[in-house]
Amino acid sequence: MSMRTPLKTARNLGSAKEGADHFWKQRVTAVANVFLGLFLVWLIASLIGADHATVKQKLANPLIALALLGLIISGTVHMRLGMQTIIEDYVHGEGLKIVALMLNTFFAAFIALASIFSILKLSFGA
Amino acid sequence: MEATSGRGAQSKRPLSPHIQIYSPLINMVMSIVHRITGAALYFGSLLLAWWLISAATGPDYYNYVVSWFATWPAKIILLGYTWALMHHMLGGLRHFVWDTGYGYDLKTIDLLSWGSLAGSLILTAFIWIAAVNLGGA
Repeated sequence: MSMRTPLKTARNLGSAKEGADHFWKQRVTAVANVFLGLFLVWLIASLIGADHATVKQKLANPLIALALLGLIISGTVHMRLGMQTIIEDYVHGEGLKIVALMLNTFFAAFIALASIFSILKLSFGA
Repeated sequence: MEATSGRGAQSKRPLSPHIQIYSPLINMVMSIVHRITGAALYFGSLLLAWWLISAATGPDYYNYVVSWFATWPAKIILLGYTWALMHHMLGGLRHFVWDTGYGYDLKTIDLLSWGSLAGSLILTAFIWIAAVNLGGA
């Protein structure tokens, strides 16, 4: 006989209360990253040796800026989830683990904010 | 024999076998490399952010940063970054196949694992040859 209440089964969230959230976000961003990562490779390859004016003009193109913003958002969410798993696997001390998980979020947020700000500045600013 | 308790006794309990006991099969090696390349890409994202910041800052700083990327150690890092990206991407695609519940017979496991390694090397070579011919890295 199951000790679970029908509501618990219906919610299907498990003991961590987040269900398949981590798994699913990792997969959705992974699918996006396949396309956006290949886009980044093309973008950088096409800008090798280009001067600043050319780079600025290209990055200010709306379609390229949108794809770059997509890559930054999808990429930083993906890498934060991945590093979270690595930390949870290898860092066993509770205090150190919490600190490492926080630093992981701060690092991903820093990459995301600095990159997004730069892309928006290239699109709208000086 | 006297009964013992505490941490001393715990350390003598038999442990379940871990990775050092198994011979390195290709799917296991590629799984470990997938995690390592993921971690490398994580820290490598600093390079992408730095490049974007420099482009948004101005011509002088952009040229300064690009001159760093043009040095040989940086080129080797960027080559490694390209390979890590391709390997992690193909490893991810392999995991998509396995997520569907298919591809778990031994031949397919070996084929997908070796294939992602070979594919990552081929794609990296293709990208760098194309990049050199396009812009002269």
